[in-house]
Amino acid sequence: MSRQLISVRDLTVRFRTDEGLVTAVDGASFELKDGEILGLVGESGSGKSVMAKSLMQLNAGNTVYGPESRIIMRDGENGGEIDVLSLTSAQDLKMIRGGAISMIFQEPMASFAPAITVGDQMVEQLLLHTSMTKRQAKDFSIEMLNRVGISDAEQRFDQYAFELSGGMRQRAMIAMALSTRPKLLIADEPTTALDVTIQAQVIDLMKDIVAEFGMAILFITHDLGVIAQTADRVAVMYLGKIVETGSVRQIIQAPEHPYTKGLLNALPNLDDLGAPLTPVAGDIPSPLERPSGCVFHTRCPQVIAGRCDAEIPEIIDLAAGHSVSCFAVPPPVEASV
Amino acid sequence: MTGKPLISVRDLSVHFSISGPLFGPKKIVRAVDKVSIDIAPGTFFGLVGESGSGKTTLGRALLKAVPITGGQIQFSDNGVSFDLSELSKADLKEYRKRCQLIFQDPYAALSPRMTVRDIIAEPLEVMKLTSSREETDERVREIAAKCRLNLEHLRRYPHAFSGGQRQRISIARALVCKPRFLVADECVAALDVSIQADILNLLNSLQKELGLTFLFISHDLSVVAHTCDHVAVMYLGQIVEIAPTKKLFATTRHPYTKALLSAIPHLDPDAEKTAIKLEGEIPSPINPPSGCKFHTRCAFVQDRCRNEEPSLVVKDDGHQVACHFADELMGKTG
Amino acid sequence: MVDTPSTVDIADDVDDAEAERKAKEAYFTAGQYALIWARFKRNRSAMVAGVILVIMISMGLTAPFLSPYDPNIAGRDETYQNGAPQIPKFWDENGFSFRPFLYTLERKRSAATNFRWVTTVNKDERRYLYLFVKGWEFNIIDINLDLPGEDFDFHWKALRVETHLFGMDVGKIHLFGTEAAGKDIFSRTLHAIYTSLAVGTIGVMIAFVLSLMIGGVSGYVGGWLDGVIQMITDAVRTVPVIPLFMALAAMIPDVWSAETRFLFISVILGLIGWPTLARRIRTHLLTERAQEYVLAAKLCNASAGHIIRRHLLPSFSSYIIVDLVISFPYMVLSETALSFIGLGLKDPVNSLGVLLQNVTKVDVLLNYQWYFIPAGFFMALVLAFVFVGDGLRDAADPYAEHGQ
Repeated sequence: MSRQLISVRDLTVRFRTDEGLVTAVDGASFELKDGEILGLVGESGSGKSVMAKSLMQLNAGNTVYGPESRIIMRDGENGGEIDVLSLTSAQDLKMIRGGAISMIFQEPMASFAPAITVGDQMVEQLLLHTSMTKRQAKDFSIEMLNRVGISDAEQRFDQYAFELSGGMRQRAMIAMALSTRPKLLIADEPTTALDVTIQAQVIDLMKDIVAEFGMAILFITHDLGVIAQTADRVAVMYLGKIVETGSVRQIIQAPEHPYTKGLLNALPNLDDLGAPLTPVAGDIPSPLERPSGCVFHTRCPQVIAGRCDAEIPEIIDLAAGHSVSCFAVPPPVEASV
Repeated sequence: MTGKPLISVRDLSVHFSISGPLFGPKKIVRAVDKVSIDIAPGTFFGLVGESGSGKTTLGRALLKAVPITGGQIQFSDNGVSFDLSELSKADLKEYRKRCQLIFQDPYAALSPRMTVRDIIAEPLEVMKLTSSREETDERVREIAAKCRLNLEHLRRYPHAFSGGQRQRISIARALVCKPRFLVADECVAALDVSIQADILNLLNSLQKELGLTFLFISHDLSVVAHTCDHVAVMYLGQIVEIAPTKKLFATTRHPYTKALLSAIPHLDPDAEKTAIKLEGEIPSPINPPSGCKFHTRCAFVQDRCRNEEPSLVVKDDGHQVACHFADELMGKTG
Repeated sequence: MVDTPSTVDIADDVDDAEAERKAKEAYFTAGQYALIWARFKRNRSAMVAGVILVIMISMGLTAPFLSPYDPNIAGRDETYQNGAPQIPKFWDENGFSFRPFLYTLERKRSAATNFRWVTTVNKDERRYLYLFVKGWEFNIIDINLDLPGEDFDFHWKALRVETHLFGMDVGKIHLFGTEAAGKDIFSRTLHAIYTSLAVGTIGVMIAFVLSLMIGGVSGYVGGWLDGVIQMITDAVRTVPVIPLFMALAAMIPDVWSAETRFLFISVILGLIGWPTLARRIRTHLLTERAQEYVLAAKLCNASAGHIIRRHLLPSFSSYIIVDLVISFPYMVLSETALSFIGLGLKDPVNSLGVLLQNVTKVDVLLNYQWYFIPAGFFMALVLAFVFVGDGLRDAADPYAEHGQ
């Protein structure tokens, strides 16, 4: 039975902008265990990247966290806990960033400093977070590059980011992220910019890593197909709220929330090429115009007038591990004992 | 295919020379290498490939946005025909009225300092297709309504819109001059799934209503599968397979196409994991492999593949493959 | 007491919603200048600086109206040379007066005082300050070009005015004191602001036109022409300013009038000021011309002129405005520095550099400290420009990602 690694409770993130206080994440809660891959699905504007960055307090300076928000992370082996959001000193945050939690991004070119070799960057990270010597760090980095499937690792170690192809850069970024043995890897759209054949390779790599290192992955993407093949559990986000959580089979095969159903219906289905594509009606509201009540009600095919636009639906627990917040979903009947 | 194709491409090559060493031979990037396709009028022709395949260059060559190094492109529509390989300036202007491009990045394709009305009206004004401001406004309103943009939107600036809405503005701009041929260059790649479906439906309905012809460039096979009538698969500047869509997915012949298909992540977590995984990376177009360009990554490579370049051979009706062993591989996984 | 929503509350809610909707619509339909202005308004220091700037520029432009006396020799006060600033009073032991007043000064010299002028203050003789008095005449349009060569002279005076904002019924008032010849420093300062603004404007305009043409061609055409132009730009940038001006100062014939000298200095400042802005324009054009919306325009057969006018120019007009505002104080300070060391404008032209030339004497430093007051004005002017320029620069690109 794997232990719980990180627990996000009631996370609310707002930004102070020219146009006022903009809500990016609104009362989101989820949990992640060791060795689990949690897929965070949502379209652009859903707040998934903001939520991921909040786990390391990486948001910009104009961020305002909600007073009730907590990000509890297991600290060490003896069961201690720390609240990431309450950390203020640079020293503490350094332990989290890159130490306990690592992140890989969508644009691998943007993550590597262009004027420093890949090897130097990996060594720098190791020197910051571990007590290795420079020699040890170099050897370890080359071994990591090998582990992620980069051929001629010794040669690549001395190359610059622009000399590597897109797929190789992404692998190098994974190697860099893993070299500090983080407990949690946050992958923010890691395969979106890659070709589909390279994407398949990178996904396989990530699953192998989880099996080998026993780390948890928070896999953020808008691609449901990738989630289906990679994740153990899925959380679906819309406009800053988590609308449905469950195991990957529950979400894909038995979705309950109208938005999840809409997303799945909008996908082109290779088994039925003639079927029309059914998008979710309407456009995602701008963050300046958050709908009242349930954030999805403006586009929902199952909207209940008078209720969905006035009240915010609570989270209902359906079957084991499957929860949804929607008024159109009947709550499970209480089993009478 | 009945009737004359709208666009007929024969042995088209687009090569770019990039600077090599000062006194050495110049390096040539063979972005498009002896491509031949026919696009029938009123259809969606899909062009699939990964990065480095040359699909974007091919699309731009058809619009004469990049110089053509060799080969021929013929455009014929309703009695008007142009030979794009030798086009006078006046003819080029006429051709541009009949073909347009829809860009991939909705954020970069719209001038941020112009109102939506001005952006959509620009082709009309520049190409002098209307005689008065009222006529321009009328045409703009008409096409905007078709793309589900209302009057309020016309007065706004692009910063007020989301990605999907901007893409609709892009489409409106491309359609306002009533073109016959549209190149959609990865126009849904930057959009979310639901908005992608929305835009694809829009393109479909516009195509039926206005009788347009599309060259639909994409790296996403499932999107192409749903939208297009014919599909051509490109690899390193060459076409490796062309077929009507249903045929391509039912009986895939080329090993690369098979690998592409099997790499698409299935929506069913319990699905059989079909095993064709491509090793390695796409080779550089400056130094392409000898013989069959795909041989370095092909699971079924033989000696002949390394030495002899396969040409595009017509198999049964409409299905063309460029592989020495296409028939033998018919039975293999795919 | 049951709380029922009154119609007033509902109306308020509707008004609020309506106001919010209007604000959002305003944001959606705002062009780039409206967005820049909205952002600029939020920068408090820039707004304060902007107000000060506007006030000072208006003071400079209406200098003749605001100055009670002619700043040149014609308006000097022989009886009050090197005199301290005179601040009007409202009240003294003789009583209160709504109208501000000054004391009369009487000068006497005799054998008893060694024939030096001795001034006494007569507190009983009051002189009153009046608004909108008649004074020395000046022309609103006064163009006096005295260029070398007889053919280039151009004189045009029009709209003669004699009214000034304030003046005394008897005698003169010197708010900032007078200098050695008796010229009123207050009037000189205001005219100096005008001169500096004029020099700055001409210099900036010339630099702007030149950089637009050179940087524009360089950025739009690219290729080898760009390379050549950049080499020339770098060469011009490395020209050392002071030796250049020393050479030019030696070259200027004495017969040239003050106005000609003034134009010459402005032109030279513009000619050495263009490289920085040209480089910015070129860089910006190089990026913009690769943008996809430019390609979209090209695919509609847009001519180069159309693309430049409709797409490229608007994309960097905000930067140009910012650069112009920021270069202005540099022009003013350059002129001041050059005039101060004698290479620029000379007496009797009124400019800050000229005013400060007189400050270098020990006599002045010890006894006549009010000569420094114009410097304070100029510091305020330059700082106001800098703050406004900075505020504009921060607000300038409304479409860039603002990582606040």
